[in-house]
Amino acid sequence: MINILLFAHLQEMIGESKLCLDLADHTVGQIKEWMETQYSQVNLQHVMTAVNEEFATDATVVKKGDTIAFIPPISGG
Amino acid sequence: MTTSLFEIIDKSIDVEEVRQKVTDRNAGAITVFIGTVREMTKGKKTLHLEYQAYPSMAIKMFEQICKEIQERWPEAKLAITHRVGHLKISDIAVVIAVSSPHRKMAYEANEYAIDRIKQIVPIWKKEYWEDGTEWIGDQLENVPYPKGNPSMGEEESCD
Repeated sequence: MINILLFAHLQEMIGESKLCLDLADHTVGQIKEWMETQYSQVNLQHVMTAVNEEFATDATVVKKGDTIAFIPPISGG
Repeated sequence: MTTSLFEIIDKSIDVEEVRQKVTDRNAGAITVFIGTVREMTKGKKTLHLEYQAYPSMAIKMFEQICKEIQERWPEAKLAITHRVGHLKISDIAVVIAVSSPHRKMAYEANEYAIDRIKQIVPIWKKEYWEDGTEWIGDQLENVPYPKGNPSMGEEESCD
């Protein structure tokens, strides 16, 4: 299993702040595609991704127990 | 009392407390940047804001910014506190304190810190207007790291 963290509008659209899914050994890109298929209202095109709190690319492979966070465009400060 | 240089908190920020964290006998200057909640943006009236963070990663990114600052301005000392939750107009959202031997470095490093916060620190604000709400995203044109990849070189102590 992997943990998926959702923030901002993604959290509101999906209605959850955290998902636990059986998607270990998939790439970030594959997980994004899976999310977009599962939640048709979600667009992850401009969304950055972090795996275990480090920014990752679509090619990063997510392992069992990892935490992947979708980081929509930020607006801190 | 906490001694952590980087914090995400859900209550009012004590500006003086952040400033004190960068106090240094060799400092000749301290710059304190205070980011506040603005009422009017491009003619649109904000009623209040809500900030949300991914706290554990945000702290890591503050430490990353600290590392970048130490590479550019080795004598500068940095502390950042960002608030989350419900904020009213004029409330303080972020405080950045930088001390350094001379003022130029303190100004430059402080501006660098706020610029980088807006690029890499996972914090979001939701605007509440009279006619609706929206999660704001400022960094569409940016990438998290200008060179495409984090420069995760030698770890320096930033805490």
